[in-house]
Amino acid sequence: MERITYRELRSTPKVWGVMALCAAFVGAAGLSVLYIEHHGHIVTGMNNQVVWGLPHVFAIFLIVAASGALNVSSIGSVFGKMAYKPVARLANVLAVALLMGGLAVLVLDLGRPDRLVMAMYTYNFTSIFAWNILLYTGFMGVVAVYLYTLMARGVDPRALKAASLLAFVWRLALTTGTGSIFGWLVARTAYDSAIMAPMFIAMSFSFGMAMFMLVMILTTSITRRVYSPELRTRQARLLGVFVAAVMYFVIVHHLSNIYLAKKGAYESWILLNGGVYTKLFWIGQVLLGGIIPMFLLFHPKIDTRKSYVLLAALLVVLGGLAQLYVIVVGGQAFPLEIFPGFEVSSSFSDGVVNAYTPTLLELSLGLGGIALALMIAGLAMKFLRIVPENLSDDNVDPSLLAD
Amino acid sequence: MIIPTKEKGADISRRDLLKSGGAMATVTLASGVTLMSFGGKAAADGLKPGARWGLLIDAGKCPEDCSACVSACSKEHGWEDNGLDTDPQWIRKVTLREKETGRENSLPVMCQHCDEPPCVDVCPTGASFKREDGIVLVNRHTCIGCRYCMMACPFKARSFVHEPVTDQRTDSPRGNGTVEGCNMCVHKIDRGDGTTACVEACQATGNNAMMFGDLNDPESDIAIAVSTYASVELRADLGLNLGVRYQNI
Amino acid sequence: MKTLLVSVLMMAALMGAPVLAEGLLPNIPAALGEPHPEGNEFWRVNHPAILSHDRDLTVLDGIRDIDGSIKTCVACHAVEGPDAAPLTVASPEHACRTCHDYTAVKIDCFQCHNSRPEAGDWPAVLPSLGGTPESLHAYLERISQ
Repeated sequence: MERITYRELRSTPKVWGVMALCAAFVGAAGLSVLYIEHHGHIVTGMNNQVVWGLPHVFAIFLIVAASGALNVSSIGSVFGKMAYKPVARLANVLAVALLMGGLAVLVLDLGRPDRLVMAMYTYNFTSIFAWNILLYTGFMGVVAVYLYTLMARGVDPRALKAASLLAFVWRLALTTGTGSIFGWLVARTAYDSAIMAPMFIAMSFSFGMAMFMLVMILTTSITRRVYSPELRTRQARLLGVFVAAVMYFVIVHHLSNIYLAKKGAYESWILLNGGVYTKLFWIGQVLLGGIIPMFLLFHPKIDTRKSYVLLAALLVVLGGLAQLYVIVVGGQAFPLEIFPGFEVSSSFSDGVVNAYTPTLLELSLGLGGIALALMIAGLAMKFLRIVPENLSDDNVDPSLLAD
Repeated sequence: MIIPTKEKGADISRRDLLKSGGAMATVTLASGVTLMSFGGKAAADGLKPGARWGLLIDAGKCPEDCSACVSACSKEHGWEDNGLDTDPQWIRKVTLREKETGRENSLPVMCQHCDEPPCVDVCPTGASFKREDGIVLVNRHTCIGCRYCMMACPFKARSFVHEPVTDQRTDSPRGNGTVEGCNMCVHKIDRGDGTTACVEACQATGNNAMMFGDLNDPESDIAIAVSTYASVELRADLGLNLGVRYQNI
Repeated sequence: MKTLLVSVLMMAALMGAPVLAEGLLPNIPAALGEPHPEGNEFWRVNHPAILSHDRDLTVLDGIRDIDGSIKTCVACHAVEGPDAAPLTVASPEHACRTCHDYTAVKIDCFQCHNSRPEAGDWPAVLPSLGGTPESLHAYLERISQ
């Protein structure tokens, strides 16, 4: 057992290459934003029926993943799994970076992004959106303090414990807030359910862990550092548990809806006749994002191999994006029921499934958010002592990993 | 001295200063106004305290092929629906067919001016707000275009302006990147017209399917009508207490 | 600071010859109505605050008889364009733009508000484009009275 040492990433062409790639995506997103701002949202696929589109899918994915990434750190400090301690710094940095990426997308998709400052000095306390502004900015502050207690020398362990506990509680509140953005929309059949909040928390565990493992595997491979296979396998299995937890909430949500006659029409649409949304649900969310990763992550022979873990984490991310697309866009595409018991038609898409086809602009904005998050995390790793240099199996105490 | 309900302290003191030396300004400006002949009839300025403006719509009198209210609104407020999904519709005609009986019906749907508006609850900046006389509006000065109100509205009453707008109606400002919807012709109410563009148009067709008035004034036609004949709210299950009521759906 | 700058500009405009005004100062078109009794300098300095204060009176409380009504501003300060209609803010000669371009202050009022009176409200006589040193001088004389 050696002591874990943290080092800044060395300046190698690979490191800067990844940065440049991220910067290119961020630049493209910036151009998209300028273009949308100049012409109005008419150049996007969004319309008066589907008002939140692909950018929101990416933004919410990143925000949810942010609080989940922090979880990797909480497992060490709050739940005492000391083996997770060496990766706690990276988890904190990644949490903040993902949140920044997600918020950037959310904010840049506003109709009037130039007026964002309004959201700071005219404030509506009954709005869950407004609460989230406090929860998101507060999250960055709390995680920064937590990171300080992790990185500074001579910090009282009780301070670390307190900071980590606060961060953990805060992130639960944050994801509850994000889920409730949808859960509290009484008007729409697809939302209007308190299960949204805990389901989003399960999603955050899963997406955050997947993003963390992807970044960890990518970083350690391009810098030739070690990511203890023992720790990786443990984390992979935990990711499998989180994926299962998400599936559990999805099943409960849909079963409850099917049981309610008034939501039956929505369920038969989204599960059977919803076209692209049904395909995204079964193939994207359930098969690629749920069943296959669980197989890869729980299989005793496969879950120890890096390439399969990498594949599983990638699939969880893709499945997560599919899931959010089904929730965000699918939920709006289903016709809003204003006149129960009537078939309706109008010039404003009453009674019909609302159309939405995302454009390249929206995709570029969303991908730019992911790239921005990776770039922020990358720059932090480049200039701060965040990533352990010698995280080998020998330096991870196996007894501490025991469940 | 008039103090707005939601003003900051600093602004009030500045207004005091201004008013102390600025009594002339109003008069002179008013004469300037007369000179250029805008204006219109003099009315008590400001909203009517204690009022609850509302509409009563009789679907039984609303022919399916009539859309006079929609055209009137479009003209009054300067929005245009050219059939795109991105075009605004402050008011629309909806055709209903009862699933069990096949009975057909038609009626206009616009902002229902809820007493408990979900759009106001969710708006992060408070741009979506309810005036004291019950009219639900978007303050475009503080709207950031997040569209959460459109997600929350049970009636699809709001539209998002998807492209730059020019030559707006001066009484109905609207612009790119902000959300808009029926404002119950608030400019007409404020100047004392006592009606809305859609109601005027409906009455002009002779259908008389729409009625405007103060639901809180027991003497008003609308209050008498709703207390005499059966009328319903849309999505009454949501408990939002709407300012727009329907008959014979 | 802004007050100082505007005062200096005004002083320069009042004392300096029209020639100076023509070259360096914004060419502000004359307005149609009576001059503001508080004086133009007052309005040049205070119009943003008055406008943003009074807009809340109208939007929130329905009070429409206000000092700072953008509808009244653009009507009284309308300038005739080549098509005999009032200019919109798309033209650099629009009353608001002459000064806002000069001071490089970006405004977003006209993203939502019409930048000219509506067709039915066009004033009977529109001031034609200023531009000549004489007209500007006459205008400055008038407001300095």
